[in-house]
Amino acid sequence: MENNEYLEVFIEESKEHIQSLNDQLLVLEKEPTNLNTIGEIFRSAHTLKGMAATMGFQDIADLTHKMENVLDAVRNEKIVVNSTMIDVIFQAVDQLEGMVFDIAEGGNGSSDVQQLVKQLQQIENNEAPDREVQIIEESEQTTSDNVHFSKLDEFEMAVLQQSAEKDFKNFEVYVKLNDNCLLKAARVYMIFEVLEQVGEVIKSEPAVQELEEENFDLDFHVLLITKHDANDIEQRVRKVSEIDKVTVREFSFQTQSEPPKAKDEPKTSKPQEKESEKNNTQKAVTSKTIRVNIDRLDGLMNLFEELVIDRGQLEQIATNLKNPDLSETVERMTRVTGDLQNIILNMRMVPVEQVFNRFPRMVRQLSKDLGKRINLEIIGAETELDRTVIDEIGDPLVHLIRNSLDHGIETPEKRKAKGKQEEGHLTLKAYHSGNHVFIEIADDGAGINREKVLEKAIANQVITSEEAETLTDQQVHQLIMSSGFSTADKISDISGRGVGLDVVRNTIESLGGTLTIESEEGKGSLFSIQLPLTLSIISVLLVEVEEEKYAIPLSSIIETAIIHKNDILNAHNKEVIDFRGKVVPLVSLKNVFEIPAGETEEEHYSVVIIRKGEKMAGLIVNKFIGQHEIVLKSLGDYLGDVFAISGATILGDGQVALIVDTNTLIS
Amino acid sequence: MEEKQVKKSIIIELDKEEYALPVEIIGGIERMQQITRVPKTAKFVKGVINLRGVVTPIIDLRERFGMDRIPQTDSTRIIIIHQDKYNIGLIVDAAYDVIDIQSEDIEPAPKVVGTVDVDYIEGVAKIGKRLVMILNLEKVLSADSYQGKIEAEEVQK
Repeated sequence: MENNEYLEVFIEESKEHIQSLNDQLLVLEKEPTNLNTIGEIFRSAHTLKGMAATMGFQDIADLTHKMENVLDAVRNEKIVVNSTMIDVIFQAVDQLEGMVFDIAEGGNGSSDVQQLVKQLQQIENNEAPDREVQIIEESEQTTSDNVHFSKLDEFEMAVLQQSAEKDFKNFEVYVKLNDNCLLKAARVYMIFEVLEQVGEVIKSEPAVQELEEENFDLDFHVLLITKHDANDIEQRVRKVSEIDKVTVREFSFQTQSEPPKAKDEPKTSKPQEKESEKNNTQKAVTSKTIRVNIDRLDGLMNLFEELVIDRGQLEQIATNLKNPDLSETVERMTRVTGDLQNIILNMRMVPVEQVFNRFPRMVRQLSKDLGKRINLEIIGAETELDRTVIDEIGDPLVHLIRNSLDHGIETPEKRKAKGKQEEGHLTLKAYHSGNHVFIEIADDGAGINREKVLEKAIANQVITSEEAETLTDQQVHQLIMSSGFSTADKISDISGRGVGLDVVRNTIESLGGTLTIESEEGKGSLFSIQLPLTLSIISVLLVEVEEEKYAIPLSSIIETAIIHKNDILNAHNKEVIDFRGKVVPLVSLKNVFEIPAGETEEEHYSVVIIRKGEKMAGLIVNKFIGQHEIVLKSLGDYLGDVFAISGATILGDGQVALIVDTNTLIS
Repeated sequence: MEEKQVKKSIIIELDKEEYALPVEIIGGIERMQQITRVPKTAKFVKGVINLRGVVTPIIDLRERFGMDRIPQTDSTRIIIIHQDKYNIGLIVDAAYDVIDIQSEDIEPAPKVVGTVDVDYIEGVAKIGKRLVMILNLEKVLSADSYQGKIEAEEVQK
């Protein structure tokens, strides 16, 4: 398809519009009379329709068009918003999403939209859905009749109108070729020759190009302007051999604006719609964005880092030369590159909102399906994550939420019986901590039943009954993430096929994160995902240990302290210090990293107090260098995971410094 | 003469013997520079360097093959290799010219070849009076051999 280069843009934008549809529909359900919301939905649907029609994805255009009609009716207060209607529209949006994904995966985005189109039609006609069979027949009938030339652009319309005024006749010629016609293209060519002798071909369906490439079945339609009459044309066409059927009908504009208008392009639709379209196209453009391939951003980032290193050297030279002009220029450059750095780094960061925003919709649907009442609360949607992580985290989250809804939160009756609020509460929370992002999914449901889990684990031979005795609650909770495990008695299609949580855990671990579960029976569960901030900027404290430099993420540091040798105590053969009333174990970075020892034994130790959750530890270093903003880089695939090192960074002087993974140092 | 298979290769020196690496996988030849040590890795991993913004692990090929360590000289070079997903630097005693090796000049590796484990040698090429060993880098750099080395070292401890 010639539109290939636009396809990517189309897919991205379609997804955005579908998302916006979802969001706004949820709002609409809560405030059925909010005309602004309806306007928003209408605009999204409309843009989507226009784009799909331009790209030739007819089914999407059909469906959105119907949706648009319904919304238009709502906007003009002809019909009232109700739950059934919202449901149908949601279904339509779902189907649209499916089609867009199909296109994204190389499909042609076609799908059977008849059912939904019918339902939407019913709503538009103010009938209760699911009642008549009549309309579908009717619409099918009309569809086959005149849908072929409903997609006329303004120019074509103008030509037809003019020709009508000048006593020309507009005919729609339908030709069906013989079943055993071998050279279809040749026949088409001959037919066109004949037609062009008597008049002018305005349009054909499928397009001429496709006809020439034999991209059609056996029949096609041609729109012809001529002075000859229908009979004459039919006779002429019939002279071409291998033709099965020819019909010539007068083509009128009326047939065009009749329902079903499923395939109408915006420009040829009803006048009132035309107006609204004008308004819409102007409003739709709110913020200007461009899409950039992430590889280019990576390239930009690497180049920029080179620049930063050179800048460092230049600063050094300037300090040595003490030339005021040079110093001033370098200073200016430092400021500019600093700003530049912020911009470049921020370009790669995306708010986690992008993933979160599809959940309200999902929770609504699921709670309906499950007959539960659930209130979803989202906290920290603005938390930013690297784009690459964002792309991967969606599916695991979907699974965890489904899991919480299905297995966690109880039905209203059960909840009432237990003395809880009938409405269950699900909290989705994202926040930065350390050089990690945490995403938590907390529900106030049934929690994890220890006995049930153990029973199941033994039945599925995940553990033996002897092992079961000794496991702590925490360990039992982790069991539900082992493969081949599902505690729901009833396997539903929402979750619980037994391939769930272990897949989630694997995905998260492949992203370099961890998944932990906390649960209290009867009170609820908390699934906590810890994700690394790959390739993002972090603030670190640079420290020196003997000759080597290490970076400790500032976010995991509580404070730094200088401690006299005599203040170090011994407890259980471990060196500890008393830090503000707490016993904090000491870790010598020199020993952990096997750094060749220097000569001098010092009286005072420089200690960096770090924390992981509630736990703390003190890292002994030689010298604090200072706080720096650094770019986190991986050590490369070859080395894989290195103990207690989470990555590397390039310092201003071009040297590589390793970043300490403080989490592994606290145990 | 065009029909013959010709392999353009870079000749490197290790412990007075010559080895060949195919030019296609060479990303560059760098002088020695300061290397940041990475703790708790295999002994032959010297650490990482900053190669134009990319943190690149460096392997001492002498140690990788169990040869004696020597102090670096003016001719010591780091050969940057791009292979599959790996970017890696190899420390060698020296890097020389690029030569064409005719496929007919390559013979399978004999049982005993110099000091390098025969597993890492793909073949031996005779070029005039020179005897050049062709390295099988895939094996040298494979993750299995790396992990194996680490474990072996741990056992020694």
